[in-house]
Amino acid sequence: MSHLHAWLVAVDWIPWLLGPPLAHATLAFLLGPRLARLLALPVLVLGLVAASGLALRVLELGPQVHALGGWGAPLGIELYADGLAALMLWMTAAIGLAVGCYSLAFFSADDRRGTYFWPLAAFLIGAMNALYLSADLFNLYVTLELMGLAAVGLVALSSGAAALAAALRYLLAALLGSLLYLLGVALVYGNQGSLALAGLSLEANLLSSLIIALMTLGLAIKTALFPLHFWLPPAHGGAPAPVSALLSALVIKASFYLLLRLWFELFLPAINLPAAQFLGLLGAGAILWGSWLALQQRELKMLVAYSTVAQVGYLFLLFPLASFAPGAEAAWNGGVYHALSHGFAKAAMFLVAGAMLFAAGHGEIRRLGGLGQQLPLGMFTFALASVSLMGLPPSGGFIAKWLLLEAALASGQWWWILVMMVGGLLSAAYLFRVLRQAFLPTPADTRFRRPPAMLVGSAFLLSLVALGLGLWANGTLALLRVGAPFTEMTP
Amino acid sequence: MSGGAWLPLLVLASSLFAGLIIFALPEASQRLRSSLNLAAALAKLGLVAMMLWGVYLGQQYEARYTLMPGIDFVLRADALAMLLVTLSAVLWLFTTVYAIGYLEGSPHRSRFFGFFSLCVTATMGLALAGNLFTFFMFYELLTLSTYPLVVHRGTGQALRAGKLYLGYTLTGGAVLLVGIIWLHGLAGNVEFVHGGALSNLDPALHGELVLIFILLIAGLGVKAALVPLHGWLPVAMVAPAPVSALLHAVAVVKAGAFGIVRVVYEVYGIEFAADLNLLLPLAVVASITIVYGSLRALSQNDLKKRLAYSTVSQVSYIVLGTSLFGPVGTIGGLVHLAHQGIMKITLFFCAGNLAETLHIHRVSEMNGVGRRMPWTMTAFTIAAFGMIGVPPMAGFISKWYLGLGALNSGMDWVLLVLVASTLLNAAYFLPVLHAAWFKPQQGPWPEEKPRGQFETSAWLLLPPLITAALTIAVGLFAALAISPLEWARIITLREYVR
Repeated sequence: MSHLHAWLVAVDWIPWLLGPPLAHATLAFLLGPRLARLLALPVLVLGLVAASGLALRVLELGPQVHALGGWGAPLGIELYADGLAALMLWMTAAIGLAVGCYSLAFFSADDRRGTYFWPLAAFLIGAMNALYLSADLFNLYVTLELMGLAAVGLVALSSGAAALAAALRYLLAALLGSLLYLLGVALVYGNQGSLALAGLSLEANLLSSLIIALMTLGLAIKTALFPLHFWLPPAHGGAPAPVSALLSALVIKASFYLLLRLWFELFLPAINLPAAQFLGLLGAGAILWGSWLALQQRELKMLVAYSTVAQVGYLFLLFPLASFAPGAEAAWNGGVYHALSHGFAKAAMFLVAGAMLFAAGHGEIRRLGGLGQQLPLGMFTFALASVSLMGLPPSGGFIAKWLLLEAALASGQWWWILVMMVGGLLSAAYLFRVLRQAFLPTPADTRFRRPPAMLVGSAFLLSLVALGLGLWANGTLALLRVGAPFTEMTP
Repeated sequence: MSGGAWLPLLVLASSLFAGLIIFALPEASQRLRSSLNLAAALAKLGLVAMMLWGVYLGQQYEARYTLMPGIDFVLRADALAMLLVTLSAVLWLFTTVYAIGYLEGSPHRSRFFGFFSLCVTATMGLALAGNLFTFFMFYELLTLSTYPLVVHRGTGQALRAGKLYLGYTLTGGAVLLVGIIWLHGLAGNVEFVHGGALSNLDPALHGELVLIFILLIAGLGVKAALVPLHGWLPVAMVAPAPVSALLHAVAVVKAGAFGIVRVVYEVYGIEFAADLNLLLPLAVVASITIVYGSLRALSQNDLKKRLAYSTVSQVSYIVLGTSLFGPVGTIGGLVHLAHQGIMKITLFFCAGNLAETLHIHRVSEMNGVGRRMPWTMTAFTIAAFGMIGVPPMAGFISKWYLGLGALNSGMDWVLLVLVASTLLNAAYFLPVLHAAWFKPQQGPWPEEKPRGQFETSAWLLLPPLITAALTIAVGLFAALAISPLEWARIITLREYVR
């Protein structure tokens, strides 16, 4: 055990998080789906090992810097990983592995969609890893753009006019988002003459306000913050289940991560309270409006997609909650914890929704009665993921909610407490619309097919991680503290 | 940490793992499931007995795990915890036996018994919780694990009841959570300690502490069915009888009442709560609930609904006792925690027997049923007399101590509440007994099951007979060292004498 531990800490894992997925993507594209399937598991397992090793290394040795090809900044590209980045990388690797296992069963070897799925998914993972490791604004732009293009390609996998329209809408939103971000980058460069995140800091003036507005708007579009969420439900709800899981759990978190980095490193001196409160207000709107729409949905996957719109809202409560000294660290921890636990819970939920669709042959919620008997583990998985999304113990979602509420109370911002309470109850209301089906008899006209065991199994494992985040919060938070902007210790 | 951390963990594990294994069992393996259920219930009882003896001797059992910086997950077996733990362990065994008989041949039993075990795990956990954080975790787990039991039958009525139940309990949980986090922000990690830990906080915070108290009691009051937060309880009685028995006797309502006891005695401390003038309002709310529940029970024709309103009323005796300053009132409230459980579970078992055997659901159908099912009705009668407070049964002991406690604490008006409630108890129970024993049978029973060796299945008959015998025994042998009364004395001694 100690040998393994020492080895994990000793290796510089950063290149291993970039090379293998990008190589996999290229090979999959060149040599076809058969080889892509063969390579998928080794590459994804290697990814998880590398992400775990990096997390351990960051925890024990502090933030890690890797000069790509031996060339440091400002000439070469310097990669950087602190606790936050390590956690996001680990989430990407773990969910990536589960989705990979799922997809091997979901796309049969001769499925046309599989031909494109493997290169695009591998490329997506590589791009996200690169984003988390990047430390200057231009590289962040490049990775953001690559990620967006791969994601749009994945959405277009579903055939049919609706899927194509969703993909097109997503493409436009993604391009608009990165364009706004790029404008901001250009203004920063013109003003400061440097793009490396470390050492940059904006002064409070009109130009800075413009930069903040542009970049925040661009990333808010990509994160699907209310009222800019229009593109998300059709894209996430219409894509094949493994793609929905990747998009809802991971892709929107990457742009949120970038926003966090910018606000708490680059923008911090130039930010005023109303701006933070405004972002929180949009978050509150997302929670209420997204939940309300989730309540109205008839299709299972659309319900889950609108739930994502609502859950994104909690992420944006971080900004107002972290703007006062008391509670800032709790808010930061809570927001990131929410990103993590939502990632695992939502990936599990989309995957299991795919299995349910497979089993029932349709996704109409009202006619899903009997699934409790036909797919008991699947229903249980859905329930576990729901517990985390509702913020009930024991789950990662509960820890996140606890921390966010703690921050709201400590800083005296009681209005966010009301939003979170109502949001929690609304999420219970829409999730129990599905869960109650477990107790209903099978409709007469429904014939069930047994889905491959891997479909439910991989979703179940992810829901267990969402649960586990609620039990091992101490270690996770210790990792998050490495290199964090708020380092005051809670008593 | 002297003694052992493993005993409280094992007590939880015995039903948790039983539940998880039962989930995985195929529907058809009935024998294995029943054996596993009974084995787990017996094992838990044995573990609890060991722990009870240890706590009696002054042993410490504590399991602690740091979940987040500044927040520990704590299980601790103190005297108060053992009251609910022992009650649940004993009644769980009887309810398991009963449920096996009750659900024989019905579908979805793996699911039922799985959640049943989780529900007991949650009750044990919140009883053993050493701080509000841990308590909350199990409090919510209890909500989630009882929902499937309430909607078990899958009928429209059951699903509506489940929806209402969730609406009430999740809202209560959210309010409770805000209270807990607020308190956490003011006072750090608040552990349950005798006499409470808040009295030495800055007096400037007293206003906030009162608000927090209101939030905590409101959150807990939903499960304790304090008026006006009781709306879910009479509706949730659509659940199968063993579930109602469990919900009303040990699990859900007790979770609320027990939480209130913990908050008053071990978070705020009874003296500090009295200083903040919190006890009188609590006593008033409890009194209103007692009278209101009884009044509503009077007009219910549905037997289980009548029992449900009776629960609304009776559980508030515990809250009332908690709010009476002074050891005697405390004893009255605590002892009723056990007594109400034993009596109410008997009543629900009997109601279930009537429904299962003769398909009787209404009081108006019960004429002459005493001759058809004498044993069941004997048990019912004993429990009903206990509820009314006829000496020497369980309810009498509770009311005696509550009355004395009221006089000692200077709240003489509480005596009037007790008298009124006793009269109302009699008014809604005696007509039922009269109809069952003295009125002639009117026509055939709605749907009679073939008569076996006994008046109904032995699985169904034995549990209420035993709990009815317990109802008499805990009153008759109240002075014995193992009686709930004596245990309540021990708790009170440790609570007041520090």
